[in-house]
Amino acid sequence: MNGACFRETLRICRRWPDIMAIWKEDVRVEEERHVRANDREYNERFSYADNRIKTAKYNAFTFLPTNLFEQFQRVANAYFLILLILQLIPEISSLSWFTTIVPLVMVLAITAVKDATDDYFRHKSDQQVNTRQSQVLIKGTLQNEKWMNVRVGDIIKLENNQFVAADLLLLSSSEPYGLCYIETAELDGETNLKVRQALTVTSDLANDVARLADFNAEVICEPPNNKLDKFTGTLYWKDNKYSLDNEKMLLRGCVLRNTEWCFGLVIFAGLQTKLMQNCGSTKFKRTSIDRLMNTLVLWIFGFLICMGIILAIGNTIWEQRVGSEFWAYLQWNKFTSNAIFSGFLTFWSYVIILNTVVPISLYVSVEVLRLGHSYFINWDRRMYYSHKDTPAEARTTTLNEELGQVEFIFSDKTGTLTQNIMVFNKCSINGKTYGDVYDEFGHKVDITEKTPCVDFSFNPLRDRKFRFHDSSLVEAIKLEEPLVQEFFRLLALCHTVMPEERNEGELVYQAQSPDEGALVTAARNFGFVFRSRTPETITVYEMGQPVTYQLLAILDFNNVRKRMSVIVRTPKGQLKLYSKGADTILFDRLDPSNDELMYTTSEHLNEFAGEGLRTLALAYKDLDEDVFDEWMKQLLFASTSLDNREEKLGVLYEEIEQGLMLLGATAIEDKLQEGVPETIACLTLANIKIWVLTGDKLETAMNIGYSCNMLRDDMNEVFIISGHTTLEVQRELRAAKESIMGPSREIFSDGPDTEKTDIYSSDSVFEETIISEYALIINGHSLAHALEADLEQILVDVACLCKTVICCRVTPLQKALVVELIKRHKRAVTLAIGDGANDVSMIKTAHIGVGISGQEGMQAVLSSDYSFAQFRYLQRLLLVHGRWSYHRMCNFLCYFFYKNFAFTLVHFWYGFQCGFSAQTVYDQWFITLFNIVYTSLPVLSMGLFDQDVNEQYSLRYPNLYRPGQLNQLFNKRKFFTCTLHGICTSFILFFIPYGAFISAVRDDGTQISDQQAFAVTIATSLVIVVSVQIGLDTNYWTAVNHFFIWGSLAVYFAILFAMQSDGLFNIFPNQFTFIGTARNSLDQKIVWLVIFLTTVVCIMPMVAVRFIKTDCYPTQTDKVRLLQQATRRQGPQEQNLRRVRRTSSRRSAYAFAHQQGYGELITSGKNMKVTTSSTSTYPLSSPERCPGTRGAPDETTTEAETNNTGFKREFDQNQDVTVEDLEAR
Amino acid sequence: GKKQAGTGPLSRRPDNSAFKQQRLPAWSPSLTAQTVLPTFYILSLVCLLLGIWLVITVENTYQLKVDYTNSGSCERCFELRKNATNAKITCECLVNFNVPKLILGDVFFYYGLRNFHQNLRRYMDSRDDAQMVGRRKNLKTPSSYCAPPFDYDASGVPIAPCGAVANSMFNDSFIVMYHPTNARSALVPLYRKGIAWYTDKNVKFRNPPTNDTFSLQQAFEGTTQPLYWQRPVYDLDRSDPLNNGFINDDLIIWMREAAFPNFKKLYGILSRVQGLFTEGLPAGNYSISINYNYPVEYFRGRKEVVISTVSWFGGQNHFLPIAYLVTSGLILVTSIVLTSVYVKVGKKGKNMEE
Repeated sequence: MNGACFRETLRICRRWPDIMAIWKEDVRVEEERHVRANDREYNERFSYADNRIKTAKYNAFTFLPTNLFEQFQRVANAYFLILLILQLIPEISSLSWFTTIVPLVMVLAITAVKDATDDYFRHKSDQQVNTRQSQVLIKGTLQNEKWMNVRVGDIIKLENNQFVAADLLLLSSSEPYGLCYIETAELDGETNLKVRQALTVTSDLANDVARLADFNAEVICEPPNNKLDKFTGTLYWKDNKYSLDNEKMLLRGCVLRNTEWCFGLVIFAGLQTKLMQNCGSTKFKRTSIDRLMNTLVLWIFGFLICMGIILAIGNTIWEQRVGSEFWAYLQWNKFTSNAIFSGFLTFWSYVIILNTVVPISLYVSVEVLRLGHSYFINWDRRMYYSHKDTPAEARTTTLNEELGQVEFIFSDKTGTLTQNIMVFNKCSINGKTYGDVYDEFGHKVDITEKTPCVDFSFNPLRDRKFRFHDSSLVEAIKLEEPLVQEFFRLLALCHTVMPEERNEGELVYQAQSPDEGALVTAARNFGFVFRSRTPETITVYEMGQPVTYQLLAILDFNNVRKRMSVIVRTPKGQLKLYSKGADTILFDRLDPSNDELMYTTSEHLNEFAGEGLRTLALAYKDLDEDVFDEWMKQLLFASTSLDNREEKLGVLYEEIEQGLMLLGATAIEDKLQEGVPETIACLTLANIKIWVLTGDKLETAMNIGYSCNMLRDDMNEVFIISGHTTLEVQRELRAAKESIMGPSREIFSDGPDTEKTDIYSSDSVFEETIISEYALIINGHSLAHALEADLEQILVDVACLCKTVICCRVTPLQKALVVELIKRHKRAVTLAIGDGANDVSMIKTAHIGVGISGQEGMQAVLSSDYSFAQFRYLQRLLLVHGRWSYHRMCNFLCYFFYKNFAFTLVHFWYGFQCGFSAQTVYDQWFITLFNIVYTSLPVLSMGLFDQDVNEQYSLRYPNLYRPGQLNQLFNKRKFFTCTLHGICTSFILFFIPYGAFISAVRDDGTQISDQQAFAVTIATSLVIVVSVQIGLDTNYWTAVNHFFIWGSLAVYFAILFAMQSDGLFNIFPNQFTFIGTARNSLDQKIVWLVIFLTTVVCIMPMVAVRFIKTDCYPTQTDKVRLLQQATRRQGPQEQNLRRVRRTSSRRSAYAFAHQQGYGELITSGKNMKVTTSSTSTYPLSSPERCPGTRGAPDETTTEAETNNTGFKREFDQNQDVTVEDLEAR
Repeated sequence: GKKQAGTGPLSRRPDNSAFKQQRLPAWSPSLTAQTVLPTFYILSLVCLLLGIWLVITVENTYQLKVDYTNSGSCERCFELRKNATNAKITCECLVNFNVPKLILGDVFFYYGLRNFHQNLRRYMDSRDDAQMVGRRKNLKTPSSYCAPPFDYDASGVPIAPCGAVANSMFNDSFIVMYHPTNARSALVPLYRKGIAWYTDKNVKFRNPPTNDTFSLQQAFEGTTQPLYWQRPVYDLDRSDPLNNGFINDDLIIWMREAAFPNFKKLYGILSRVQGLFTEGLPAGNYSISINYNYPVEYFRGRKEVVISTVSWFGGQNHFLPIAYLVTSGLILVTSIVLTSVYVKVGKKGKNMEE
């Protein structure tokens, strides 16, 4: 259900520009909107859009003219139309009209059929959306109406889990105070629920239908716009004015949650709703091959015109010297007897004949190929994520081959590299580590899905999704070891988490940072269940017994302190301070008696950090009553002071957090998505540079960098750029550059200085010579300076010299700017991958945008070109699909140009024999059908199915990706080679039959050297030669390839004989003049001798060249291919993918990802109100939620809840950062 | 994609078909030394054998060309035809030639034209196949392809056959005489019928129906002869009334336009029924008496009579045997080069260098 609607939105958004165009025509600019409730007559005066959605372009009557008009706007089609018109001029027409019109009609028909089917599905889904039912208040009663019949000013009733049909003004709801909850995931990508509240006057109407029917207020508000978070308007009712804002609006696309019913007044309907207005146009992306192809086509035009001119000049000369003597037999009209004019006409005639060098089917074929490749992506089971039932999706079908050329990947962190799930993984308590599993011999066992989990069934309040593998910790708890208990007590007390208890024992934690949630959840499972809190107390169920602690103070977290503490009074009256924080900070404040423990714990911390875990140290302290009282007084005083309050509090906190007793440390795993380090390693081997652009903090980002293996201890240096001014940044960047260049400079030290700078300036060459590994980490505020015009060059230089680049604390706009920077400076293909709304700008900017259809909603997916569920699929998308697509597309283009040159240039050579009279060599039907029937399918099947190297080997040898990045398979040089190949082939194709036919007769003495027999011979040779050539080009002969290649040959002969049969001739004698030629020439041995010789001479040089290339000077691809074939002969081998080992031993001393000030909120009790007043109806407690969510298994739902509830993601807020904001920073 | 009916947890999972997963069983050939080198050698051998065979065949064929444009007594006619106003004046001339030894087997007599561009686009297009298939309607209304002045004559009468091709039909005729040293001169008998393609004679060219009730001339009533013709189309062959109209062999052969400006077209085949010529064309002196009508001096053309025998692959053709032998040699050279390169460098490529 959810998915269906999402897809609707998506579909509509794609089609938006068209919708806009249609819609703009019939709507005057609206200044202000007047809506009177329950008064259709009044509202109709303004002719507002109704709620019908029309995304379909055509109807049965407009289809043909509209579609044709659109198609002829394309340059290629228009070109062929012009050719067609030229052909109708008898003086010029060197080809019959059908040679152009048949391919043109076929191309137009294929496109039209595609457009028609698309439109049909749009009609169908429009129909489906438009006929959804909603309850509308009409004439005092609630009636079921289709969505499309809902009008502005209607009052409609919504029920729980229904989609909002239009933009509504909330009037009343089932909840107290006119509250209602909505999920806006489709609108803005945020998965948390939002609250909307009706005006008090209207919420009093409740569900009293009679009163609602009498409701006759008038709303005057803004005209339709696309601002999702803004609404201004006024409600006039009973001589009163009420102002309206966005908090009272329910927008189309939202889903009503946890609210039994609500009533709303339709303000905007149909295409004027904010959802529809918000779709925005997506930039049309084109691939580099597209651009190259356009250039090449222009070149070909140039070439065509050159040939035309040469032949026209030839004709002029010929007419003067030879043709004029020939007039007796021809008797040209007067105006054609002028040689120069004749040359002019000949030029156009040759333009018509030679037009097949720019094949009309090229563009269509390329589209077909890309469509096919996209389907292969959609169909790939190895990119299907079964947990979420999400297959990969190619959302644009025009970029596939560019996937094989990517050089830079810009990746988001949260949700893309990581799952944004924190898992309590290990801990060290009192010098003993827990969390590892050992086998009977005392060896550490790798933890996998199958490792048995600890049984927490003793604890009825446990979180069932929590997994822990080391049972010794539970034993320790059961043995009631005091320090272990204290450890978990600390975790249960020292935090700012809010509990939710829907039903008895069904606890849900709302944590501000996922780290905290993980820690409290761990404590919960180990028997210290944090169950409820008030501003003054915390209730913990310790091994089943409720214990209420008095919360005396929260010493809140901030970036400088890097720790937080709570002071509580136990039921026994003891005063305790519990503290958790970064180890470096906490270790400084320990009691000296802890030295030994500190030493062991420190070792454990190193160990944890080596595994890429996020660590925290825990400590406690018993407080003296007197000391505390005194301190408390000072605290109260300080917290009421007006100036330097923060500072004073800091000093006080510092004062009491001394002489702590160390308890131990926790290690939390920021769970990476599956296979991320392997994928990154593999992509790095493919020479793809991966940049991480994250909104996270420096430390978190670095931590992930280490756990993804992007940063390693053995790197020569990690540069951290965090200057606050342009000068600082510049200095840091320069220093970094110098230290990279420094050691390598010695290599070039023997040359003079000027030479050196030359070498440096050509840094693409120079980059290769850098052997050492560097990493660059740059902070958001520094990046703002570095992206300024005068620093960007050095930034690019340094960044490209580094193996790894991580940008942290970047805004969405900066992400886009970084991508733009690389696009501008490196001319490389960029790919951006992300999952959240904050990645949209980057996804739209990059050449290829990939959306992770993950937890943060659909925004990224909506604007992406490809989407799938897991980061690791990127490897397959690029190394398998991308590489294949590129390979196929390049081979396709090479062959296509070759084929058309070989086909067409025969006319050029014949020009010298036939007085440059634009006489065609071939039968006109052959010209008509050659490209679209005889040779299209083999090359299409090659372009669709070919595999130079199979998928396993593509993945195993990532350096096979290199040719794509270097643009080796199709470039201008390749184009020249293949056209030259085509030209040579056409030369051979013409001159061998010419030589043979000049004096040939049939074996019965009758004629064979006539033009028609010659045409049939050349055409047959041509078809055979290009078929053999495609056979050579095909690396992977599936049954389809066989069928098409042999089939094309068979079809050629079948059509040849059919076209030259008696029957067709008897019907149209002037169209099928080749009657009998095939029969009379193909039964001659000389014809076959000519065909055989031509084929051999055309093909063998190519075979020799290919052989030399592959066998003697093989590329990497050839070698792998050879290896693959050798292995296949030996039988399948066990696949051993390289395992990537994490080698980091870096100490991660950071775990808090949350913001300051939450402690204050708790102690003030402000955030308790909502929670306590609506415990039973709080959005998240609804049991309906889970079934309503498409396909999502329970665990993800709860994870999302724990992570998101109540805490808006930092970057969702930053979504609309503007340039001004950036400069202000 | 296919619409999935189910809404189960894996309802959107792609099908596990070999096609969709791109795992279709396939044959992936590659150019290895084991396949390529033998192919080269074998092809070289094949071309060599074919070339030798062709050479032998060509050596056994005989061809004789007699250029009569302005040779011998034809000089006079050549001069006469320079002036178009003399078109109505007939001109006969004689050319002698010698056959050094008996030409065994079937002997074919061709007329050859040089520098005559039958392959000009506008010339080739200037014909109406629908007319020549004998359709009554097209007979009276020639197609627009037969551009003026070849469609209607000055008085507006449709021309049959219309168009430039038919108009310029070759109209010299030959009488070949054999002059044995010890006997009377004898006429060399020629078959002038059955020398066109079967399909042309029977399908592509047909006379307008006469229904056996009226004559061919009546069938062509309302049309006129082409401008340059001396006789109407139904009166082309006075010796054989069945060889008249559109199905006249000479017309059919002329209408099959040559691909190149130098061409030869079949004139007749030696009839080997009579005693003197049963084995072929005996050695000795011959003369050709030519009814010299066709002007070629405008376009600096040449006319010739070609006497030739044919082999299994056509007439005397030196190009193909030479081409085959050259190709064979080139392939052999290439394969030797390939082999040596392979032996020197190729082994290295086998190793995966990573």
